[in-house]
Amino acid sequence: MQIDRRLVAHFDWTLFLLVLVFVAIGVTTIYSANYNIAEGHAGGLPSRQLLWLGLGIIAMLTAVAFDYHYLDRLAYPFYGAMLLLLFLVLFVGHSGGGSQRWINLGFFRLQPSEPAKLAIVLVMAKYLQNDEPSQGLRLSDLWVPFVLVGPLVILTLVQPDLGTAIILGIVFLSMILMGGLRPRSFLYLMGAGLACLPIGWHFLKSYQRARILTFLDPDRDPLGAGYHVIQSKIAIGSGRLFGKGYLHGTQNRLDFLPAQHTDFIFAVFSEEWGFVGCLILLVLYFALIVYSFRLIERAKDRFGGLLVFGMVAIFFWHVVINVAMVTGIMPVVGVPLPMVSYGGSSLASMMFALGVMINVSMRRYTF
Amino acid sequence: MALLADINRQDGAPELRRRARLLYLVLILVFGALLARLFFLQVVDGERYTFLSENNRVRIKRIPGTRGMVLDRQGQLLVDSRPSFDLLFVAEDAEEPENTLRQLARYLRRDEKELLAILEENKKRPAFEEIVIGKDVDWATVVAVETHQIDLPGVSLRARPRRSYADGPVGAHILGYLAEIGPKQLKALKDQGYATGDEFGQYGLEKTWEYVLRGQSGGQQVEVDALGRRVRVLHEVTDVPGYTVHLTLDRQLQETAFEALKGKEGTIVALDVNTGAILAMVSTPAFDPNVFARGIKSDEWQALMKDRLRPLSNRAIQGQYPPGSTFKVIMAIAGLEEGVLQPESRISDPGYYYFGNRQFRDWKKGGHGSVDLHKAIVESCDVYFYQAGQRIGVDRIAKWARAFGLGEKSGATLDDEKAGIVPDSEWKRKRFRQPWYPGETLSVAIGQGYLTVTPLQLANMMAALANGGTLYRPRVVDKIESVDGTVVREYGPEKIRTISLKPATLERLHKALADVVKGPGGTGAAARSSVVEIAGKTGTAQVVEMKGGAYVKSEQLAYFNRDHAWFVAYAPAQNPKIALVTLVEHGGHGGDAAAPLAKKVIEKYMELQARPPEQQQARIQGATRAD
Repeated sequence: MQIDRRLVAHFDWTLFLLVLVFVAIGVTTIYSANYNIAEGHAGGLPSRQLLWLGLGIIAMLTAVAFDYHYLDRLAYPFYGAMLLLLFLVLFVGHSGGGSQRWINLGFFRLQPSEPAKLAIVLVMAKYLQNDEPSQGLRLSDLWVPFVLVGPLVILTLVQPDLGTAIILGIVFLSMILMGGLRPRSFLYLMGAGLACLPIGWHFLKSYQRARILTFLDPDRDPLGAGYHVIQSKIAIGSGRLFGKGYLHGTQNRLDFLPAQHTDFIFAVFSEEWGFVGCLILLVLYFALIVYSFRLIERAKDRFGGLLVFGMVAIFFWHVVINVAMVTGIMPVVGVPLPMVSYGGSSLASMMFALGVMINVSMRRYTF
Repeated sequence: MALLADINRQDGAPELRRRARLLYLVLILVFGALLARLFFLQVVDGERYTFLSENNRVRIKRIPGTRGMVLDRQGQLLVDSRPSFDLLFVAEDAEEPENTLRQLARYLRRDEKELLAILEENKKRPAFEEIVIGKDVDWATVVAVETHQIDLPGVSLRARPRRSYADGPVGAHILGYLAEIGPKQLKALKDQGYATGDEFGQYGLEKTWEYVLRGQSGGQQVEVDALGRRVRVLHEVTDVPGYTVHLTLDRQLQETAFEALKGKEGTIVALDVNTGAILAMVSTPAFDPNVFARGIKSDEWQALMKDRLRPLSNRAIQGQYPPGSTFKVIMAIAGLEEGVLQPESRISDPGYYYFGNRQFRDWKKGGHGSVDLHKAIVESCDVYFYQAGQRIGVDRIAKWARAFGLGEKSGATLDDEKAGIVPDSEWKRKRFRQPWYPGETLSVAIGQGYLTVTPLQLANMMAALANGGTLYRPRVVDKIESVDGTVVREYGPEKIRTISLKPATLERLHKALADVVKGPGGTGAAARSSVVEIAGKTGTAQVVEMKGGAYVKSEQLAYFNRDHAWFVAYAPAQNPKIALVTLVEHGGHGGDAAAPLAKKVIEKYMELQARPPEQQQARIQGATRAD
């Protein structure tokens, strides 16, 4: 396949630059989170994250290189591969922190639940691309998506990775809403969801239950799960308006924060950059999302629009759930902050998602 | 191209465009909420959080749950937790840690260098972690630290319950001990709420019943000031004390048994014949578990480990010994039940027995003369049982030994119980890939050779014989109670199996065992009591095999080569209640060394049985919780 010069000209540099800004913020914050005053360095994680950026750029360019309509054909094979990987991870997976989430590839530990998020967007965009019925979609129109997405969510839940499972579910829900679900069907779905809560509760691990109970009642476990949220809130709050300055966060220094370079990186960032820093970071995410919304409006076809929407939904929910969790307005579920938290699988998946958006954006001019 | 059809069809997506407009609204609302939250945390409440973050003023103080008590069958206190204080130091809370320690040394009249050395040793610990300067410090230290708190920034006292074993070494093996949880154990148990510095049962009941005794730790999330002093408690979780464990042991019987074994190595186990309840179990030499409670020093530990007399071993369940002549009980039962032995038929014992070209000696020089089964048991005639063994055969002997629980763990909830060995031809083929030689049966017939048992197994064998053939699982825990006194779990008698025995067999055995003690020529005459009629069997287990024909008196041998003395018994002979085993290592003859001890313990048991019930009630109420 020959690369069309017009495509190069139409490459979406705005999105690409935004990515670089986020990764820059991420790497500097990861550096701070791992900085050891006594030894004067931060170990290998920041440079590893730069390596993952390289991997991400490859993922992104791959997503850009082919006309996005090929994704229509690739959706099911990709979905099948993800299903297989999520299944495999239960047996050959590498465990860490009490759950089995990674497949060891030698140089890289792949976390299949990250690209699984993309799989949901692909199959849903494929399924929903046909014109919707005049009265909107009924639940009975959607049994195929339910059958497809259900196993992904369940396989993620048993790892256990509650955060990713929630993201998978909520992205799925966002997409059927965007695809034109009838309001009444939506209410049925919510009702069914509520009815299933007690069953779901039964399947949660004790530490997951503890986190949710702690959120509902912060006094319940102030010495365990509640302690992390308290420490996270202290870190964020003590950043005040302008922050304590880069590498000067004390909460972070004293190792009071859990998972400081992954799920709690926002707390490290907030402590050092204050409300102003948080405002800028959120405005950047806001800009990325608004920009993508414009791409949905300008998409040439329904498939393209749904693809962009799905990818944006991933970003949106990650940012919202992560920030809400570290600021104590949501239970602690492990969800990374997109492109800022440390992690190769997450970064590469996010950049692939952006690649898909750029792809749709570029090809709105082609005929 | 297949794609062309798709592309041509598209004219944008009007529904998506319409809904996308709604998305802006959702986005603005949600991001607005996040920003509002951040504004609230960082600007409105920023000052408070800044205050909390300076020196990180929020600390977690864990309060381990008070460990449960252990009581005896009368409700008397055996193990308890008493209050004690540890002296702690948080270097980050003192502006000049060295100065604080110098002050402390002065108040406590301790060596300054010693305290500074502790600080140096703990240099690499995480910030704000407490250094333990003294464990279980004395009252004077507590008072000194409390009085001079102002001069001692960073120094604090932590009250923590410390284990206390009322009778020290008595019952040490069965009760066990605690030690600070090791790094490996901690890793494995972190999910169960254990933390650094927690104690964990390492031996005995403390280990096997850890999960019942431990309780749940509580703690406080406290705000402290710059000197590490508590300003206020932000959150608190109350600790839950562990359960109280009621044992089947009798404290006074334990003491009597321990006293009887004083200066000897050995063990005494007493069982209730009708329930399998362990009434007493002592093993000597013992150790003092209170030493572990205060924190055993490395040289003390080394001394215990290296002691040739193995004070850490619970001989009652971990010692595996040849049963010697006590095994003749099984031989007699096997012979009668299999129909091999005619109780009235007599043999003549010249003092030796030739099998093949080897001479097997009787313990009595010159022999016992004309012997029937009754006399063979009463006088413990070896030659009679050599012949009996030869006729019964090892496989049938093994079958009856196993029926009575030999060669298998009894399954009492005790730490590290051993099984012993009951050999038969199959066992030997598996173990040595050799056939069983008939000569080996003769050794087994008098309780020697490959045969080994634990004292608990022999006691249980006697209990089953005494109650007419029911083998109970020995048990030491009677019931578990929560602190408020509600019974959480009660353990009743548990049958392992019922051994079907002919009444005639039982009658003969009971009569013969009673005559071992009271009859003419009985080897257990030393157990004859004016208080109660005791039935029993003596045994002498050879430690080293005697070569040649020389009769050597045990006293003439080097100490560690001397025979072990056994006495197994039950009482009262007519209506048995207690079964008992006494083993004195290197004690020589069972009749001389072990039987008198058994008598003492059984007499004490009869005395305790006679104590009025009101007195028992008073004791239960008398046991109070020290907290």
